[in-house]
Amino acid sequence: MAQAHAPQFKNPVVKWIDSRLPIFTMLDHEYNQYPMPRNVNYLWAFGAIAGIMLVVMIATGLVLAMQYAANTHIAFDSVERIMRDVNYGWLLRYVHANGASMFFIAVYIHMFRGLYYGSYKAPREILWILGVLILLAMMATAFMGYVLPWGQMSFWGATVITNLFSAFPIVGDPIVTWLWGGFSVDNPTLNRFFALHFLLPFVLFALVILHTAALHVSGSNNPLGIDPKGPQDTVPFNPYVTVKDGFAVVVFLIVYAAFVFFAPNYLGHPDNYIPANPLVTPAHIVPEWYFLPFYAILRAIPDKLGGVLAMFGAIAVLVILPWLDTSKVRSCKFRPIYRQFFWILAVDALVLGYAGAMPAEGVWLMIARIGTAYYFFHFLVLLPLLGKLERPLPLPASICEPVLKGGGRVAAGAHAKPMEKA
Amino acid sequence: MAQTTHPPGTGAHAAPGGEGTSRRDFLYLATGAVGAVGAAAAVWPFIDSMNPAADTLALASIDVDLAPVAEGQAITVTWRGKPVFVRHRNAKEIDEAKKVNLGELRDPVADDARVKKPEWLIVIGICTHLGCVPLGQKPTDPRGDYDGWFCPCHGSHYDTAGRIRKGPAPANLVVPQYAFTSDTAIRLG
Repeated sequence: MAQAHAPQFKNPVVKWIDSRLPIFTMLDHEYNQYPMPRNVNYLWAFGAIAGIMLVVMIATGLVLAMQYAANTHIAFDSVERIMRDVNYGWLLRYVHANGASMFFIAVYIHMFRGLYYGSYKAPREILWILGVLILLAMMATAFMGYVLPWGQMSFWGATVITNLFSAFPIVGDPIVTWLWGGFSVDNPTLNRFFALHFLLPFVLFALVILHTAALHVSGSNNPLGIDPKGPQDTVPFNPYVTVKDGFAVVVFLIVYAAFVFFAPNYLGHPDNYIPANPLVTPAHIVPEWYFLPFYAILRAIPDKLGGVLAMFGAIAVLVILPWLDTSKVRSCKFRPIYRQFFWILAVDALVLGYAGAMPAEGVWLMIARIGTAYYFFHFLVLLPLLGKLERPLPLPASICEPVLKGGGRVAAGAHAKPMEKA
Repeated sequence: MAQTTHPPGTGAHAAPGGEGTSRRDFLYLATGAVGAVGAAAAVWPFIDSMNPAADTLALASIDVDLAPVAEGQAITVTWRGKPVFVRHRNAKEIDEAKKVNLGELRDPVADDARVKKPEWLIVIGICTHLGCVPLGQKPTDPRGDYDGWFCPCHGSHYDTAGRIRKGPAPANLVVPQYAFTSDTAIRLG
C-alpha cells in the first residue's frame, strides 16, 4: 500500500495506456507490490480459491445457459440432453453442480478463518459485512440454480423455501404469490429463477470487487492479528503469495476434480433425477448440504414465523458480529478461552448440519434445538461477555519479532516461516 | 452545487441566510419528493409484472364430476397448479369430525363450516406449514393419528375435516372457493 512506489513500465503501449487510464499501475499496486503480512498461513488462500470458484461457475454457467431451456415442459429434458447429447455437457454440468458445493466449502473455511483470527474487527468491519452479503447472494444464487433442473427436489425445495415468506402476517401470502407469479411454483417461477440465477453471479462479482477493494484499504489480517509495523513484517504479494495461493488452488482443484470425475452425484440427491411432480411430495425433503445448518435452525423452532426469523437471524447476527465481539485482541492465539468456544461453535455448526439432514423428530429435533440455542448464545451472550472477562495472552511486539527471537537484524528475504507459536 | 449560482458578493462558500436559502431548500425537497413519487410509479410496472398474468388467472376455475367417487374414496384434482383433495367421507369419518371439542383445536372451526354437504370434504391438498402435499388420499397411505392426512415433510397430522391436530402446521387445510352445480358436480374457483 503506502510503501509501494509508482512502477516504471518499459512497454510503450502499456506506458501510453497507463498514463491515460492507470490500470497497470493499479494492478501492479494491488497484485504485485501489495504487502502481505509475512506470516499468513494456508487458510489465507481460501479467499483466492473462492474467487477462482466464482469464475469457474460463471464460465460453466454461461455455456450451460446456451443449452438449457427454462420451461417446465422441457427443463428436465434439456438438462438430460446436456448430459447425453451436448459435447462435454456432462462435464460442464458436473463441474457446475459440484462447483457450487466447492464454492461453499471454500467460503465457509474462509469465514471460519475470519472468525478464528478476528478478521472482522476494526478496521475490517465493512470488509466482513461485504463478505456476509456475498454469502447471502451466493445462497440465493445456489437455491435458484438448484431449481432449474426441475426435478422433484428442485420443485419441492422451491415450494418449501418460497413458502417461508408466507410466515409473515398479512403481507406473507401476497409476497408468495408475487414470487411465484401464480398460485403455485410453476412455469413463471422457473422462468424468473433462471433470469435471476443468471443475473446474481454478476452482482456477486461486483460485491467481490468491493470486498477486495475494502481489503486492500485495511490490508490483510494475519495469524497473530497484529498490524504490520513496517516493511520487515510484510512480503510483496507477487511472487510470495501468488505462488502460495497458486499451490493451494491446485490442491483444492484436485479435490474438486475427484468429486467431478469419481463421485459427481455424491453431494446431490437422487430424487432430483425424478421429474418434478406437483402432486407428489418426496418422503423426505432436504436442501443441499450447504444449507443444512440453517435448515436445522428453521425446523428447530416450533413456530413457523419464529423458525423463519431464527434462520434469517442466524445470518443477521454475522452482520453485527464486529460489534458483538468486544475483545480488542483479534487472533484466537492470544484468547485462550474464546479459542475453546470457537471450536465448540465449529462443532455446533457441523452438528446442526447433520441434524438438518435427519428427520425433524425425536432426538434429532432435540439436538437441533440445543445446537440452535448454542449458536445464538455464542454470538449474542458469550462474545460480548468474553471480551470483558477474558484475560488475553501478551501480544508480540511485531510480526517478525517471534520469528527473529533476540531482535537480530531483519533479513531482507522471506526465509522466515509462518511461525507456529503457542 | 449551490455556490455556483450565488451572485458575486454573497460569499462563495457560506450559504446566505434569509429567504433565498429557505426557498432553495423548499425547491430541493419538492424536486426530491416529485422524483421519489415518479421513481415509485416507474418501478411499479416492473414489480407488478411478476404477479400472476392474465392467462394464469384465466385458468382459475374448473368443473369436477363427483359421481364416480364411491363412499370412503378420495380423488385429487389439479386447480391453479395445486392439488385439491376431494374426499367422499363415510359416516364414521363425519362422526369423528363433528364430535371434536373445538376448544382443543389449534385453528378452531366447526366441521359444518368446512363442508357444504357433510359427505363431501373439499380442501386444498397443501400443508399449511411449508407447502408439501400431505399423504392420505390412497387407501394405502398413512393418514396420521386422526384418520385424515399426514404430511411426511415435517409431521403434521390433519383430521377428517382437514383440520390441523398435531405437528408444526399453523392452520387447517384451506377450503377453496367452490359451489355444487348439481348433486354430483362442483365448480372450483
